[in-house]
Amino acid sequence: MSSRERILGRVRRALAGVPEDGTPYERAVARGYLREHGRRTTGQTVDLLAENLADYRAIVHRSDAAGLAGLVARLLAARGASSVLVPPGLDEDWLASTEVTRVADRAESTPGELDRVDSVVTACALAVAETGTIVLDGSPDQGRRRITLVPDHHICVVRVPDQVVASVPQALERLDPARPLTWISGPSATSDIELDRVEGVHGPRTLEVVLVG
Amino acid sequence: MRVALFLTCVNDTLYPDTGRAVVKLLTRLGAEVDFPVAQTCCGQAHYNTGYRHQAEPLARHFSDVFRDYEAIVTPSGSCGAMVRELYPRMGERARAEGRGDGLAAALAPVVPKTYELTEFLVDVLGVTDVGAYYPHRVTYHPTCHGLRGLGLGERPLRLLRAVRGLELAELPGAEECCGFGGTFALKNPDVSAAMGTDKVRNAESTGAEVLCAADNSCLMHIGGTMTRLRTGMRPVHIAEILASTEEEPAV
Amino acid sequence: MSGTFVGMPAFPEAARDAVHDTTLRGNLRHATHTIRAKRASAVAELSDWAELREAGKRIKDHTLRHLDRYLEQLEESVTAAGGTVHWATDADEANRIVAGLVKATGESEVVKVKSMATQEIGLNEALEAEGIRAYETDLAELIVQLGKDRPSHILVPAIHRNRGEIREIFAREMSEWGRPAPEGLTDTPAELAEAARRHLREKFLRAKVGVSGANFMVAETGTLVVVESEGNGRMCLTLPETLISVVGIEKVVPAWRDLEVFLQTLPRSSTAERMNPYTSTWTGTTDEDGPRTFHLVLLDNGRTDTLADEVGRQALRCIRCSACLNVCPVYERAGGHAYGSVYPGPIGAILSPQLRGTGSEIDASLPYASSLCGACYDVCPVAIDIPEVLVHLRERVVEGGRVTRAGNKVVLQPAKGHAAERAAMRAARWAFTHPGVLRTGQRLASRTRRLHPRSLPGPGRAWSGTRDLPPVPAEPFRDWWQRMRGGDGEKGAAG
Repeated sequence: MSSRERILGRVRRALAGVPEDGTPYERAVARGYLREHGRRTTGQTVDLLAENLADYRAIVHRSDAAGLAGLVARLLAARGASSVLVPPGLDEDWLASTEVTRVADRAESTPGELDRVDSVVTACALAVAETGTIVLDGSPDQGRRRITLVPDHHICVVRVPDQVVASVPQALERLDPARPLTWISGPSATSDIELDRVEGVHGPRTLEVVLVG
Repeated sequence: MRVALFLTCVNDTLYPDTGRAVVKLLTRLGAEVDFPVAQTCCGQAHYNTGYRHQAEPLARHFSDVFRDYEAIVTPSGSCGAMVRELYPRMGERARAEGRGDGLAAALAPVVPKTYELTEFLVDVLGVTDVGAYYPHRVTYHPTCHGLRGLGLGERPLRLLRAVRGLELAELPGAEECCGFGGTFALKNPDVSAAMGTDKVRNAESTGAEVLCAADNSCLMHIGGTMTRLRTGMRPVHIAEILASTEEEPAV
Repeated sequence: MSGTFVGMPAFPEAARDAVHDTTLRGNLRHATHTIRAKRASAVAELSDWAELREAGKRIKDHTLRHLDRYLEQLEESVTAAGGTVHWATDADEANRIVAGLVKATGESEVVKVKSMATQEIGLNEALEAEGIRAYETDLAELIVQLGKDRPSHILVPAIHRNRGEIREIFAREMSEWGRPAPEGLTDTPAELAEAARRHLREKFLRAKVGVSGANFMVAETGTLVVVESEGNGRMCLTLPETLISVVGIEKVVPAWRDLEVFLQTLPRSSTAERMNPYTSTWTGTTDEDGPRTFHLVLLDNGRTDTLADEVGRQALRCIRCSACLNVCPVYERAGGHAYGSVYPGPIGAILSPQLRGTGSEIDASLPYASSLCGACYDVCPVAIDIPEVLVHLRERVVEGGRVTRAGNKVVLQPAKGHAAERAAMRAARWAFTHPGVLRTGQRLASRTRRLHPRSLPGPGRAWSGTRDLPPVPAEPFRDWWQRMRGGDGEKGAAG
C-alpha cells in the first residue's frame, strides 16, 4: 500500500464514527463577518491606506499623473541610486525624468546581479486600506517576484482610487490565485528580538509608496 | 424565594464564616435560605484531574440534593462553573460513550438554576447596593472560572463599589490566574508558587489591607502565600464583605 | 519529533529550573507582556472578531470532517499547476523524501524558512546525517541554530534570549557558519537584524534548493501560503531553483475565499499586526518566475491519530499563531523548553501528547501543565477549547482507554505513577456520596485542630513548601447550621 493510500485510509477510519454531514461547503460556514470595517468615502479609504502604510514605516507620497515622473526621479536621486530595476511592462513615462541606469528584469539575471542594483520601481495589482498592504501579482508592470526583494529600495506606484480596496475580503475577490502573489505591508521587519517590532531584515529596508490620482 | 445554599465542600470544612456570611446576606435581602445537609461536593476536583467517571456519581448526588429548589446559590465561581458548564459536557460525553441520555437527563434540572453568589445578587435579586459597610482598602481578584467560565464581568465590582466605607484599589494584572488551579497547585508546585507570588506582589502594590475574591479555593492559595511572605494583607471572601454592616461588622 | 527533545524529564521538574532562572523569567515576562497588550488592541480594531473566530473554527471543522476529499482535491490542483505531491506517514518517511529530493538536485546545502513541520520531524538533523547542510534563515531560528539551542516558542523560537545574549551568540558563532558578525556589534535590535541580513545574504544568493512549510494550502486552487515578516521566506520561496514544502495535512482549507478569514485573524493574533510585512502565495510553478521545480510533502506524523479522537481533534484547527503561549501564565514562568517539544505552551500541551502519544514521562505530564485558567481559549482565533482537551487528555493518562496510534486502534493502560492519586480520588468519591462520612471527617478535623501544623512534611511539601495551610475552624459550617436550625436537615437524599 502506498503512503497516500495509507494516510487517506487513516483519515477515513478516523472519521468513520462521525455522523454524516452532507452540508455543502457553501453552507457549512457562517460568514457573518464584515466585508469591510466601517463606511468610508473613496477619499477616506485612500486616506486610510496612506495612514496604515505609514504606520508600518512605509514612506508615502502623493502625486498626480503629471508630477509622477518628477517625483520618482527625486526619490531615486535622494536615495543616491545609480541603478534601478525595471519590469518589462512598466509605464515608460514614470522614469522619463531620471538618468539613473535602467536594469531590465530578465530571466537570466543571477541573484548576485540583482543584489548590485540599488532600487526597483514597480506598479501593483491592488492595495488594501484597512491593513496598509500593497499586493503584487507578477504582471508585466510588476515583474518577477525577486526584483522587489533583493534590492534594498522599492518604489511602488498605486493608482488611486481604482487600485484601492478597503479590506482583505475585497482584495481576495479581485486577485487571481493562479498568479504568484506577494502581499507587502511596510518594509521588511522582525519581532524576533524580545517580541518587539524592528524594521529592516532581508527584504527592502526602504519601501516608498506613491499614490497617484 | 426559596434558595438552596450550595456551600461547597471546601467552604463547609475550612471556611464556615463564608457560609454564615452568605446566609446572613441573603436573609437580609429577603430570601429564604436552606442548606440541604446531604450536600457534599460537585466533583470538580475529580473531573479536572481526569477522573470524570468518578465525578459522575457526585454530580448525580448533587442533582438529587438540589433539583427541587428554585435557585441554587454558591459562593464559588469554580464550583458554579462546574455545574453550569461541565455538567452538560459530562452528559454529552456519557452519550458519546454509548451510555445513553440518562446522565444528561439527571443533571439537566440543576444546570440553569445554579448561580454564583454575585450573579444571583445582581441578576436574580436585582441589587447592587446590598447595604454593606466595610471601612477598608480592598483590592479585587477576579478568579478565572468566575471571569472566563461564568462571565461574571463587572458584577462583583459593582457590588463592591456600593459598599459604604470601602475603598477599592485596582489590582494590576487582575485577570491573570493566581496559580491555584486545584491539583495543579500540587502537581506543579514551583510554577503555581511563582504565579501566587506574583499575584501577591501585585496585590501588595495596591496598598490594600484586603484582597477579596469570590472563591475561597483561590484565596486559600493566595492567603497561604501572603502569610508565608509576611505581607500583612488578608484574603477575604466577597460574601463576608457584603454581609458586613455597621451594626454587625465583619471582623 | 526532533531528536533534541528525547529523554526530557516530566514538565514539573523541567519547569522548576526555569522558574528559578531570573534572567529567563525576566526575558519571558518582558516579551509576553509586550505582545499581550498589542494583540488585544489589534484584535479590538475589528468589530467582527467573534464572527471571524467562529468562521475560522467552522472552516477548519468542515475541512477536517472531509479531510480525505480535500487532500485529494489539493493533490490534483497542485499537480495540475506543475507541482509534485508526496505523502509521508511519519517523520522518517518525510525526511527520507526530502533528503532524496535534495540529493537528486546534486546540491549539498539548502536554505530554510521557519517551519514547524520540519522542526517537528527533525529535518535538519536528518539532512545533516545525509551530508546536507540546512541553513535556518528566520532571525530567531538563526539565533537558535547558532547557539546550538532549542526553540522555545512557536513564533519566536529564541524568545528566551534577550538582546545581550543574542549579541553574544552572533559575535561568537557567526564566523563558524559563514560571514562573521561585524566588529563592535552592539545589542541594539536594528544592529542585530543588520548582522543577520549580511550573514545570510550570501547564502540566499547562492542557494539552489529552498525548504519551507506553509500556513495554508488551498484545495480548490492548489495554492500554498506562507506568512512571514523578514523577507527570508520570500528569499527561500523565489530565489532557489527547487522548492520543497513540507506541510501537515491539517493545513488544507477548501477555497481561496477562506483566506479572507485567516489573513485577518492570524497576523493580529501572532505578531499583533494588522498585516504581517510579507505574505507569499504560489500555485505550482510559474514560467520564468521563481523555482522551476516544486515538491509538496504532505505529512501525517500523528495527525490522523489526533483526528480519530472526537474531543482532541479540535487541536488540528490550530493555525500556529502562538497567542495562547503569549497569554499563558504557566508558559510565562516555565518557559518553552520545559514542554519538551517544538510545540510548547498550551497548544503544545494538547498537541504533543496527541501527536506522540502519552507513553513518555514528559508527554504524560503535559496535560497537567496548566491551571485551566482558560486564557488560552479566550485568545484562540479558531476557538480551540484547550482546557477541555487538557482535561480529556488527563483522563486518558489516568484511565487509559481506546486510542489510535499510527493508524491502529489500541487500548491504553492507565499510566503508572497515578495509583495513589487514583485511590485517593476513589476514597473521596466514596466519602462525598456518603454525607455522613464527610461530616464525621470534618468533625474529626475540627476536634484535632490545635494539632494541625501550618505546613506539612513529605509529599505535603508540594503545598506547604511555599504556602501556609489555612487554620481548621472550630466547627464545620454544617454543624453551625444544624445548631442554629435545630438539626431538622439531617435527612436528605442519599445519606
